[in-house]
Amino acid sequence: MLAFMLDTVWQLLGGVPLTLSLTAFAVANGFVIALALVLMRSSPLLIWPARLYVFLFRSVPLLVLIFLVYYGLSQFSSLRASFLWPYLREPYWCAIIALSLNTSAYSSEIIRGGFQAIPRGQIEAATATGMPRFTLLRRILLPLAIRQALPAYCSEIILLLKATSLVSIITLMEITGIAHRIIASTYRPFEVFICAGAIYLTMNFAITRIFLAVEYRLSPHLRPAPDAPAPQREASA
Amino acid sequence: MTIAPSSALAMPVLRVADLKKSFGALEVLKGVSLEAHKGEVISILGASGSGKSTLLRCINLLEVPSAGRIVVGNEEIKLKQGAGGRMKPADARQVGRIRSRLGMVFQSFNLWAHLTILENVIEAPIYVQRRPRAEAVEEARALLEKVGLADKLNHYPAHLSGGQQQRAAITRALAMRPDILLFDEPTSALDPELVGEVLAVMRSLAAEGMTMLIVTHEIQFAREVSNRVIFLRDGLVEVEGTPEEVFGQIRSESFRRFLGASARGHS
Repeated sequence: MLAFMLDTVWQLLGGVPLTLSLTAFAVANGFVIALALVLMRSSPLLIWPARLYVFLFRSVPLLVLIFLVYYGLSQFSSLRASFLWPYLREPYWCAIIALSLNTSAYSSEIIRGGFQAIPRGQIEAATATGMPRFTLLRRILLPLAIRQALPAYCSEIILLLKATSLVSIITLMEITGIAHRIIASTYRPFEVFICAGAIYLTMNFAITRIFLAVEYRLSPHLRPAPDAPAPQREASA
Repeated sequence: MTIAPSSALAMPVLRVADLKKSFGALEVLKGVSLEAHKGEVISILGASGSGKSTLLRCINLLEVPSAGRIVVGNEEIKLKQGAGGRMKPADARQVGRIRSRLGMVFQSFNLWAHLTILENVIEAPIYVQRRPRAEAVEEARALLEKVGLADKLNHYPAHLSGGQQQRAAITRALAMRPDILLFDEPTSALDPELVGEVLAVMRSLAAEGMTMLIVTHEIQFAREVSNRVIFLRDGLVEVEGTPEEVFGQIRSESFRRFLGASARGHS
């Protein structure tokens, strides 16, 4: 049994690059779109499409979204004739599109929460220096918002990584896809899924550690001062 | 003898004329005028709700006035009527330029939490005024040393006491080399034992000839340091004059009551 599991893990590891690339692409796209959605919310006109986007892609189950993109789009002949078709007929790109739409909606809400948590006074202080809007965004708002949003955003990336398992249904041979294939020939779902689960667990452990490290690096202001005794707060209270 | 036309020297650094500000139906400022000349320290007193903070916030357009004129140096802030009849700045660049000449110190310090004290001080000189980093750092170090924070350069705001944070915030405003410093109740959020160190910094700035507009509850400080004291009541200037005039012969009944209440609050 141990030999079987080792062999299974070895085979499943072949799906890791695909799982990771799907996740990475979707996270990158999702972040950019999410940021744009958050910025749209400060405009009285653009706030409505932004809200609609979030409402739509947060409400539709990811699996349905994947089906819509993969099977649904091919129904339109104009699309089949367009330059996009070489991409849209590939399950890989369809998966990335569906995952990006889904995670961008969630991420935008997370980042929006980060923005909302910025103390008003710190924004005013920047405004009062005459700081232009874009500089304000880049130097003050984003750094503060991202720090605030980091823990929740880490969860979103973990959710996304796990959600990539759904794309096995449109023929992509990532970890779960390979697991299905092994099970089909061995009838040993228990061992195989244990192995798959262990691989997801390991990857998510790594993601968690990375985010913890980033958080630590970005938040020296939340730790005690280097020269201060630790229980300073209770002493003064 | 003829009266000489007002020379450039006599031109006020800041002129506010007939400033009005309403929030919805509530009229907070009902027509306030004031002038600040170079090197003057003007204290603005008043009960809460008298409009003193709003006046200060209107001057650098953190609030947009409903009516009136604000002239900084020889430049009048251009306002225009926006949608719905509310006033808004006509020229965002001009607002930025004028704001960078007015240093603002807030009641709750408002230092940027993710930046060290040094980074807080050099932020606007580098990213707003586009000054070279080395120069900004050098100047910031000198200023921080002057306010007694030389050993806190690399600390974050959360690591400092309220008094230290406010001194850092004053330094941040000074680093812009402003024509005027605006103080919005700079000691009101401080523990009583920390008020002194902030007032000491403000006192030395006044002695150096910094032009300052100070909204404050520190009557004693206003009396000792100001060239002029303004008492606001219900959005209007009720009393104005030198400290001797204002505190010597108190004619306004509401100013007398205000001083009485403040004295009781401090005893």
